Amino acid sequence: MTDHELIWRIAGGSGDGIASTSQNFAKALMRAGLHVFTHRHYPSRIRGGHTYTEVRVSADPVKSRGDGYNFLLALGDSFARNPSEGAYYGNEEIKPLSENLDELNEGGVIVYDSGLLDASEIEDFDERVEENNWHVYDIDLRTIAREHGREVMRNTAGVAVTCAIADIEPDVIKSLMSDAMPDKILEPNLTVFDDAYEMVQEEYDVEAPDVSAPTGEHDEEQVLLSGSDAIAYGAIDEGCRFIAGYPMTPWTEVFTIMTQNLPELGGISEQVEDEIAAAALAIGASHAGVKAMSGSSGGGFSLMSEPLGLAEITETPLVLVEAMRAGPSTGMPTKPEQSDLEHVLYTSQGDSHRIVFAPGTAAEAYYQTRKAFQIAYEYQIPSIVLYDQKLGGELSNVPASVFDEEPNADLGSVLTEAELEDAPHDDSGKYQRFQHDTENGVSPRSLPGQKGGRYLATGNEHMPAGHISESPENRVAQMNRRMQKVDNIRAELDADGEFNTVYGDEDADLGLITFGSQQGTVEEAADVLNEKGHSVKVLGVSEMMPFPKQQVADFLDSVDEALVVEMTASAQFRGLISKELGGYGDQMSSLLKYNGNPFEPADIVEGFETALLEGEELPDNRTKFVPKVGE
Amino acid sequence: MSAFSAIGEETEQDQNEFTPGLEPQPTWCPGCGDFGVLKALKGAAAELGLSPDEMMVTTGIGCSGKLNSYFNSYGFHTIHGRSLPIARAAKLANPGLTVVAAGGDGDGYGIGGNHFMHTARENHDITYIVFNNEIFGLTKGQTSPTSPMGHKSKTQPHGSAKTPLRPLSMSLNAGASYVARTAAVNPNQAKDIIVEAIQHDGFSHVDFLTQCPTWNKDARQYVPYIDINDSEDYEFDNTNRSEASEMMFETENALHEGTVLTGRYYVDEDRPSYQQEKQRIGEMPEEPLAERYFDDSYEWERTFDNFLDKHK
Repeated sequence: MTDHELIWRIAGGSGDGIASTSQNFAKALMRAGLHVFTHRHYPSRIRGGHTYTEVRVSADPVKSRGDGYNFLLALGDSFARNPSEGAYYGNEEIKPLSENLDELNEGGVIVYDSGLLDASEIEDFDERVEENNWHVYDIDLRTIAREHGREVMRNTAGVAVTCAIADIEPDVIKSLMSDAMPDKILEPNLTVFDDAYEMVQEEYDVEAPDVSAPTGEHDEEQVLLSGSDAIAYGAIDEGCRFIAGYPMTPWTEVFTIMTQNLPELGGISEQVEDEIAAAALAIGASHAGVKAMSGSSGGGFSLMSEPLGLAEITETPLVLVEAMRAGPSTGMPTKPEQSDLEHVLYTSQGDSHRIVFAPGTAAEAYYQTRKAFQIAYEYQIPSIVLYDQKLGGELSNVPASVFDEEPNADLGSVLTEAELEDAPHDDSGKYQRFQHDTENGVSPRSLPGQKGGRYLATGNEHMPAGHISESPENRVAQMNRRMQKVDNIRAELDADGEFNTVYGDEDADLGLITFGSQQGTVEEAADVLNEKGHSVKVLGVSEMMPFPKQQVADFLDSVDEALVVEMTASAQFRGLISKELGGYGDQMSSLLKYNGNPFEPADIVEGFETALLEGEELPDNRTKFVPKVGE
Repeated sequence: MSAFSAIGEETEQDQNEFTPGLEPQPTWCPGCGDFGVLKALKGAAAELGLSPDEMMVTTGIGCSGKLNSYFNSYGFHTIHGRSLPIARAAKLANPGLTVVAAGGDGDGYGIGGNHFMHTARENHDITYIVFNNEIFGLTKGQTSPTSPMGHKSKTQPHGSAKTPLRPLSMSLNAGASYVARTAAVNPNQAKDIIVEAIQHDGFSHVDFLTQCPTWNKDARQYVPYIDINDSEDYEFDNTNRSEASEMMFETENALHEGTVLTGRYYVDEDRPSYQQEKQRIGEMPEEPLAERYFDDSYEWERTFDNFLDKHK
């Protein structure tokens, strides 16, 4: 075995079990002591269509999908559409092979199912194989699968072939299959696996594997999970026992995980008529004293704009998650983008305020979701966890110890009935729930059903007991108090100092700045750049609102210039920095990607060297460079 | 011991308990039907022995939304059309609360129509009072979803080309298990209906005809009215869905022909409430969820113990 990386891509059609097969493969290799990181590419379609998952496998920790890949397992697409040349979507039958060649690295391996795919349909296939020094194995996986089981087991045959070629111990996979598969299908799958594995051993020379899996060992127990898992678990550990939602890709994952787990925790999940209702239910439950959440993706979040403002003015704790995908409108439902940033920061009428976290990794997603709940319930303000299809869906290994944390079901600033007895009331017997003068801007709330706690919550501006008021004095007092909470939250986050990430040599000359899910990719790009002799460090921002002005300004002051990396078409994040800091436009250039695929480290290396340093045009439109102000 | 001791507390209430000591006088126009709803609700709450601290009244936007200011209880004056989703979540969070949602015809049948339909379908154990004056009042007299065809207003200068929505039929078809209509000019019936609606285990919809003397002068004051449950002219079984449906259809037609019919149109006592259904399938705890956060002996579950194994 060798110590280099395996980046394995399994390709086929939606509905052919690509996701579950790749998940098992990743978990098996994690169990074997390796670090894994997955990337999913799929269409908005139930059956058929170009789909793949990459599993990057390394002896060392990995933070991104990596650059390109080096092992293709091309399975058939059982549900491929009209194969005529002139069709809108071309010949789908051959896509599992043809669509995946561009990103396959030189010297890579191609295994394709010759039972379903005919390489001669790809015009220049042989030339490209020769040019790139690819090693091709055309194996009739379908027939092997049929002999001992069913045709769908060609996935298993393909994994077995992968093991034989990449020198992966069969038991690594087979023991996981035993855990993951029901008895009825386990036996035939194991037989298919053995058959395919032995066939490769007998018919091919695998003594010197072309591309092989590394070996490794973890120093502590690992778990394989996604950003969506981590967000749900963060919520559960904060005592969230109520969720309301409406399905929408990719937010549906968090909604599903919560919904499947809440019954055993004595919690409640509500699938409701629309996203207005979803956010409103979360407000209603929270108002009544249950820690609650809702969420959506861009389009559904648009509908939440109205309840979001209601939560803010009524000072009802509310946690929302927003899973970004490419817009505008329906956009590209299954493709990642970060272009809902401004939507999430600013939607809803009036001078509205909220807290927004954009975690960069699964572990950060867990911690920041917890912090979002703590702030929402202590400060009675909406908190939003902003992520995207990339972070939500990618699987990576995380130390189990990350989750070895105490639960916290504290409702925050709520009075008990005993405390209410001493609290101020008006002559109608109403509790003065929105007092003007409080220590940190927070006026503690009561809950319906508590004796002596009744008050009026309203979306109108209101006086201390909640009654509608348009008095100028009261207006300014209430507005100032609500805004004061945001300043205090900023101070609390500054004191915590744990959510934004600075990576690399403190004295570096040049900076890369990013936010949310791109963080790991940008860090890997910085490693490459530094190896090549550049002097680069990275700032990954997670605290989007209130913005960490001082920390970002300090970072910019410490470098000559910076490249801001984000998955938007209009440089929204760079705009946010300029707005918040009131300048630095002449020091920040942008590297943008909005073609539906997340950055690879090489995109950033190229943008940095070619566009920023050398001032040359980028070779294609995969990414876009926008120079700093004045250039 | 409950952290919500107002719930279920034995009390003898005077209906004045529900009148705020400060600013007891509503700002509705003189002669407005909304006074009738307020009076009926106060009377019903007192008759049921409820206390202000165990009631949560949610409202939308419009003249009806002012109900919260004049009815002394926990109140949530929400946004236009959204009183129902907030009400039903509060009820799920703490089922001991008596939850009443209220709104106007624009609020409930127009902008909040989707919530109305689904709350009825799910049969949440809450009471929904719709102040139906067949007009948008607070925004000064625009045509509403229940305005009759031909209704002229500044926004429908040539008369509405739309047939009015049928609130009772819609409610029945959506799945409400208690459907009634009453009128502001009929205070005793109104109070009795609200008492029944609050007692009913499931979604109770009360279409409350509230005359608007300012913006809907052409409309009748909903007098004289006929109580279909008392009148010998209208024989039907209000536990029979088909008969209820026919009676509703006739009532909705009659209103625009000058006859005001009111009463209990549909009562289904057998259908379990949403909360009961949810508990039956194991997706809602038996104890009120809101109590758990005050239970110091509760051992809160955590990811590390409950969910990590499947990721290993």
